[in-house]
Amino acid sequence: MSTEITHDTAHDEHDHHGPAKGLMRWVTTTNHKDIGTLYLWLSFIMLLYGGAMAMVIRLELFQPGLQFVEPHFFNQMTTMHGLVMVFGAIMPAFVGLANWLVPMMIGAPDMALPRMNNWSFWILPFAFAILASTSFMEGGGPAFGWTFYAPLSTTYGPDSTDFFIFAVHLMGISSVMGSINIIATILNMRAPGMTLMKMPLFVWTWLITAYLLIAVMPVLAGAVTMMLTDRHFGTSFFDAAGGGDPVMFQHIFWFFGHPEVYIMILPAFGVISAIVPTFARKPLFGYSSMVYASASIAILSFMVWAHHMFTTGMPVAGELYFMYATILISVPTGVKVFNWVTTMWKGSMTFETPMLFALGFIVMFTIGGFSGLMLGVAPVDTQYHDTYFVVAHFHYVLVTGALYSIIAAFYYWVPKWTGHMYDETLGKIHFWWSTIAVNVLFFPQHFVGLAGMPRRIPDYSLQFAEFNQISSIGGFAFGLAQIFFLYIVIKTIKGGVKATDKVWEGATGLEFEELPSPPPYHSFTQAPQVK
Amino acid sequence: MKTSPLKLALIPVLMFGFGFAMVPLYDVICDITGLNGKTGRIQAAEITDPVDRSRTIEVRFLANTSSGLPWHFEPLVKKMEIHPGQVYEAMYRVRSTSKDKTLGQAIPSVSPGTAAEHFNKTECFCFTQQALEGYETRDMPLRFVVGRDISDKIEQITLSYTFFSQDQG
Repeated sequence: MSTEITHDTAHDEHDHHGPAKGLMRWVTTTNHKDIGTLYLWLSFIMLLYGGAMAMVIRLELFQPGLQFVEPHFFNQMTTMHGLVMVFGAIMPAFVGLANWLVPMMIGAPDMALPRMNNWSFWILPFAFAILASTSFMEGGGPAFGWTFYAPLSTTYGPDSTDFFIFAVHLMGISSVMGSINIIATILNMRAPGMTLMKMPLFVWTWLITAYLLIAVMPVLAGAVTMMLTDRHFGTSFFDAAGGGDPVMFQHIFWFFGHPEVYIMILPAFGVISAIVPTFARKPLFGYSSMVYASASIAILSFMVWAHHMFTTGMPVAGELYFMYATILISVPTGVKVFNWVTTMWKGSMTFETPMLFALGFIVMFTIGGFSGLMLGVAPVDTQYHDTYFVVAHFHYVLVTGALYSIIAAFYYWVPKWTGHMYDETLGKIHFWWSTIAVNVLFFPQHFVGLAGMPRRIPDYSLQFAEFNQISSIGGFAFGLAQIFFLYIVIKTIKGGVKATDKVWEGATGLEFEELPSPPPYHSFTQAPQVK
Repeated sequence: MKTSPLKLALIPVLMFGFGFAMVPLYDVICDITGLNGKTGRIQAAEITDPVDRSRTIEVRFLANTSSGLPWHFEPLVKKMEIHPGQVYEAMYRVRSTSKDKTLGQAIPSVSPGTAAEHFNKTECFCFTQQALEGYETRDMPLRFVVGRDISDKIEQITLSYTFFSQDQG
């Protein structure tokens, strides 16, 4: 693990160190670009897998009553959908973006620990194969919600819960290794002149995210380990009969779970902070305040976890503290939205597909932020808790937030990665199709939630029927739009108009200014000088 | 200044430990604040407060058995009017419906949680495990006192016991 970057040869032609041939290239690769690609494909497959389960959910909820699936199977669908989307789609996509972009953005030849990088990725397909296999086991897969509250997951969990526990352990190990790699890369391998406060915001937000990951993924590992020993080795961490407490499970889970929320959104902030200045043709407004806002969001994220537990019978003092601390987070988040809007102010804006998705992110993530503020108010949360209002809230921040930023990042950087421009018309169709569909899908869920429709239930009262039908139609349309996206991705990889090295008129950063499109397999073997 | 990945790896190791440290930490916090309704235990000799006859608090008794324990468990008195500072006795009756010897442990919980730290027991069947012979019926006493310093806002306290099976397997 040498941290010295040496250049033993001075020749200019590095391109002949190309990738190995055949499938083994992908298995044995230690190249950050290859591993980034692997992560992104895994995440796309998981998006479609989790999306297919969402389609089953929306199909069953199209009408009141039970039409297509058994309640127990429905519970497995909601559980697996959540787990797969959080751990399989969103998180690996951001790690994939980090692998592709962080070395190119800071002028490093590769990640700091390339072999460990290979391992971090290749653990994941096995973790998800184990998780997916539980659906075919006797007693079914996990059916206790993605939050796997005890005692549902301990005393009453199906036998396959142990496979779920092992899968979570593997995902945690992968995340922790990937994060250590990213931190070591950012702190040790920046090109000369690339000071911390000159780093692109995507690098900054990922540095902070990586610290969050190494701090909370082990807590999750601890929680599932306690579950395992409760289930099989006679401990009573979460069992009242032996002096334990099931509410404590929720505390430990959300101590991981709330920072996890920011793990899924901070890199998105970095992506948006790269795209908006490019298409507004103005430098990012308030760079340093963006850095400080990201850091304060990360610190605050450790202090607000119990706002997920307002209805567990907390004393008033606790509710007040967690309510105020939660609402405090809207201040740094507001700083970010303000800075993006101010960056666009009087800019000469154009609206290519990445910009459209970025703007969609800003508008709709903010909608999700507002419903989050409502949920953060303890006295009214009693009404919203565990209703479809919560479902609407976190899908606005995770789908039109995190996922939109990932799609925006794809359109923004794919010409750089492949050397081909994507088809602008198809990209715009993808944006408008997705955006209309996603609002038809999730906006009505605010209304049924406020009217009292509980989440995670396969049947509902008649008065919710119309809104659920609208929601389901939006869901099918949104799902189809992502199949269309798959077509765009493949089409762009296979060919297209040649992209210029700078790709976008207003693009800045080492990856656009110093590297050709596509970049050579080994880029920045000579560190660039950053002014 | 170079960052060593091995030093970084210490953070996840420590945080894994912290996850487990939350268990005793949680108990301590609950103990101090009475958060999850865990009650106190005192010796009869420690009760020195004069009785506060100006206040009356209603205490309700709940009794449950968890699944897997074949017992009928009920309070003989459903509720009581009490004065803070005075010791009272409440009786519970438990009857086994199994032909075999069974073992149970009662876990108390007091609501509202803020009353828990003022709810003290001098004698309780929950202090030890209870073993019942086949079809045995037993009356079990609970002696308790509610402290005088309990908040004025509390007019009603619910004491709930759940018997959990302690039989192995």
